[in-house]
Amino acid sequence: MSDSTILTPQDIIERGELVFKKTALLTDNIMSYCPGCGHGVAHRITMEVLEEMGIGDQTIGVAPVGCSVLAYEFMNIDMQQAAHGRAPAVATGIKRVYPDKYVFTYQGDGDLAAIGTAETIHACNRGENIVIIFINNGIYGMTGGQMAPTTLPGMKSSTSPFGRDVQMMGHPLKITEMIAQLPGVVYVTRQAVHKPALVNRAKKAIRKGFEIQKEKKGLAFIEIVSNCNSGWKMTPVNSNIWLEENMLPFFPLGDIKG
Amino acid sequence: MTEELIIAGFGGQGVLSMGKILAYSGIMQDQEVSWLPSYGPEMRGGTANVSVIISDERISSPVLQFFDTAIILNQQSLDKFQEAVKPGGVLLYDPNGITHLPTRKDIKIYTIEGAKEASALKNSKTFNMIVLGAYLKLKPIVKMENVIKGLKKSLPERHHNLIPMNEEAIKVGMDKVKQVS
Amino acid sequence: MEEIKLMKGNEAIAEALIRAGADAYFGYPITPQSEILEYLMTEEPYKRTGMVVLQAESEIAAINMVYGAGACGKKVMTSSSSPGISLKQEGISYIAGSEIPCLIVNVVRGGPGLGTIQPSQSDYFQSVKGGGHGDYRLIVLAPASVQEMADFVQLSFDMAFKYRNPVLILSDGLIGQMMEKVILPPQQERLTDEEVEKRYGSWATVGKKAGRERNIITSLELKSERQEKHNHKLQAKYREIEKNEVRFEKINCENADYLLVAFGSSARICQKTIQLGKAKGINIGLIRPITLWPFPSEEINKAADKVKGILTVEMNAGQMVEDVRLAVNGKRKVEHFGRYGGMIPSPDEVLTALEQKLIGG
Repeated sequence: MSDSTILTPQDIIERGELVFKKTALLTDNIMSYCPGCGHGVAHRITMEVLEEMGIGDQTIGVAPVGCSVLAYEFMNIDMQQAAHGRAPAVATGIKRVYPDKYVFTYQGDGDLAAIGTAETIHACNRGENIVIIFINNGIYGMTGGQMAPTTLPGMKSSTSPFGRDVQMMGHPLKITEMIAQLPGVVYVTRQAVHKPALVNRAKKAIRKGFEIQKEKKGLAFIEIVSNCNSGWKMTPVNSNIWLEENMLPFFPLGDIKG
Repeated sequence: MTEELIIAGFGGQGVLSMGKILAYSGIMQDQEVSWLPSYGPEMRGGTANVSVIISDERISSPVLQFFDTAIILNQQSLDKFQEAVKPGGVLLYDPNGITHLPTRKDIKIYTIEGAKEASALKNSKTFNMIVLGAYLKLKPIVKMENVIKGLKKSLPERHHNLIPMNEEAIKVGMDKVKQVS
Repeated sequence: MEEIKLMKGNEAIAEALIRAGADAYFGYPITPQSEILEYLMTEEPYKRTGMVVLQAESEIAAINMVYGAGACGKKVMTSSSSPGISLKQEGISYIAGSEIPCLIVNVVRGGPGLGTIQPSQSDYFQSVKGGGHGDYRLIVLAPASVQEMADFVQLSFDMAFKYRNPVLILSDGLIGQMMEKVILPPQQERLTDEEVEKRYGSWATVGKKAGRERNIITSLELKSERQEKHNHKLQAKYREIEKNEVRFEKINCENADYLLVAFGSSARICQKTIQLGKAKGINIGLIRPITLWPFPSEEINKAADKVKGILTVEMNAGQMVEDVRLAVNGKRKVEHFGRYGGMIPSPDEVLTALEQKLIGG
C-alpha cells in the first residue's frame, strides 16, 4: 500500500486501528456549527450518554432558538423544536404526559437566561423530572454576536460595541447559582468542553443528570461554559484561552448542588 | 309556559344560589332553564343579580331587558330594575332598608319581610329561601317536591341536613308574602 | 353514561374535557374563565382517568406545554380569556406551523388592553384571520349554549387530529358564566399511543422506535423553497377543511324578509328578536355560523338572494360583518349592529336596530 492511498473507515476498522466511533444517535448530517465551537462536543457527549444508557428510543429532546435551533438535524432521536425561551415549558408538557420517558432541553444563554427566564425558573421550581443542558457562551451566536444575559462586564459584542457597561446594560446573570436555590432542583453543575479531561467530566455530569431522571428524583441542571470563536471574533484556539482567562473566573466550574 | 325572572340584591344575600335552586327545580320537572349572573368584582359585596328563565320550550336569549318577575332585595336594585318589569308583571321586594318605594302602577307589587322572618327563625341563612317561598306562592311554576330535589342537587352533600330547615323557610315565605298593590 | 346537570359553560367544557378522554390541560387563571382550571383541580381527573392538570406560570408557558404534550399525540387543551389569548399567539402560530392537534378555548372579554371582564366578541378577527404571525388558520367553533360548550370538545379533538390542526372554541363571558341544562356525554377511555398511531399515523414524538426515521416537530425550514412547499401543504389542508367542515344553523329563514347573521351568545339574543319581530309583523330569519372559520359564505350568499337586507349582530364594533359583506358581494345591503366594551345587546335593541338600519333606512 502506497502512502497516497486514502483509507476508508472500513479499511481502518479492518486494520484494527479504530480509536473513535460516532454514536448511532448522531445523524450523518454535517453540523452547522462553526469549526471550533463547543456545541458539537456537547451534542456528541449527550447522545453518547443516551446510547450508553440504552434510552435513545425512550427520549424526547427539545431544541431551542439559537445556534442549536437545528439540534434535531444532528441528534438522531425524536425531537421537538420550541419557540424562543419556551423549551422548559415544552419539556414540561412532554414529561407530564410521559412521566416514564426521558426528556431534556438543550438551550443557549439567550434562550434560557433572557427570554425564557420565567419558563426556566418555574420548570426548575416545580422540580420537573427533566434534564436541562445549558450552553453558556456569553453571546447571541446565531443572530450575529449580540450581547447576551451572560456577556461579561466590559466584553464586546455587536450591541455592546464598546464593552458591556454594567451601569447601562446591567450585570451578567448567574442563573445557574439562582437555580441552585430551588428545592425542586436536585443537581446543579457547571462544566466545560474545551479540553479532553473536561469533556470526560462534562459527560459524567450529563450521565448523572439522566440517572437522576431515571430515578425520578427531580430536575438536573447542567451548564456548559463554552466558546463562540465567531461571535467573540477570535481563532478557535484563542477563544479557548480567552474562555479560560475570562469566562471561568466569573463562571467557576464544578458542582454547585447535589 | 315561560317565566322570565330577575333576582337582584347585595352579594352575600344568596341571590345567585336562590336562582340556582330555582333553575335546578325546573330541570327536575323536565323544563329548559337558563341562569345568567352578573359576575366579577361586584360579586364580592356589591350588588349581585341573576336572570333566570324557566320554560317548556328551548330558551332563546338568556339576556333580557324586561322580565315577568323581579325579586328585589335592596334599594339600588329596586331603582335599577323597577322599570324592567313587564306591564302586568310582578315585583316582589323585601321592605327592609327600602326608603324609596316602588312607583309603578301597571304591575303587581308584593312584599316579603325576608330579613325579619329569617331572624325570627334564628337563622339569617334562611333569608333567600323565605324570599323564594314568597315567590313560589305568587308563581307556583315549580312543584315543592322538585324544589327539594333542586336543593339536593345544588347543595353539597355535607349540607343536606339543612334541607328540612330550608323547606320550613320556604313555607314561612309562602305564608308571609303580602300584596301591596 | 349520559348525565343531565345544571352547569356553567366553563364547568361544562371542563367536565366534557375529562369525559372526552383528554390527556392534559394546562392553564393560567383569568376572569371570566378561571372556573375551568378550578373545576379540573377540584375534580382531580388525574385520579379518575389519569388526565394531567397543571397550573402554568403564564399563558405563554401554558400554550407551550400544550405544544410539548400535543406533539406527543396527546389530547390536550388550554383555555384563557382575551388578554391571555393574545399572550398565547406566538405559541399558537408555532402549533399551527408544526401541525400539532390541540384545543384552545377563548372565553372572550371586552378589550382592547386589559379592557373589561364582561362578555364580548371582539376577538373575532384575531381568531379567524390568524392572531399570530404567518399564513395559518385555526378551525374556529362558536358555541351558543352551555350544551355546545360540552359538545364541541369532542368535535374539536376529532377535527384537530383529523387535520393535525389546532382548533379554537370562541366562547365569551356570557356563555362561560351562564348556567343551563347540559347533557354530558359518557366517559371515554384515554387512547394509548398505539391507538393514536393506528388512527392518526406515526408522526408524534414518542421516542424513536427502531426501523423508523426520527420524528421531528418543528415549524422551522430555513430553505425558502422548502418553506414555501410546507406552506403549500398547509394551504391545501385549509382548502380541504373549507370543503368539509363548514357548520351553521338556520332559524326561520324560509320566507324571511330580513336576515340576521350572528354567532355565539349574540345568536341566542337574535332568536328572541325573531319572536319580537313576529309580534310586530316583521319576518326575520337567522343564520348562525357555528364554524367561524371555515365561514359559511356560500350559505349566506344564497340566503341573501331571498331577503331585503342583512344585519349582523355582534358584541364588537363590526368584525364578522366584513366576512358577511364578502360573502354577499354587494348583492344586498349588509349592516352591523354591535354593543361592546362588555355591553350585551338586548333582543329589543336588536329589533330597533333592524328597523332603523334595514326597514327605515
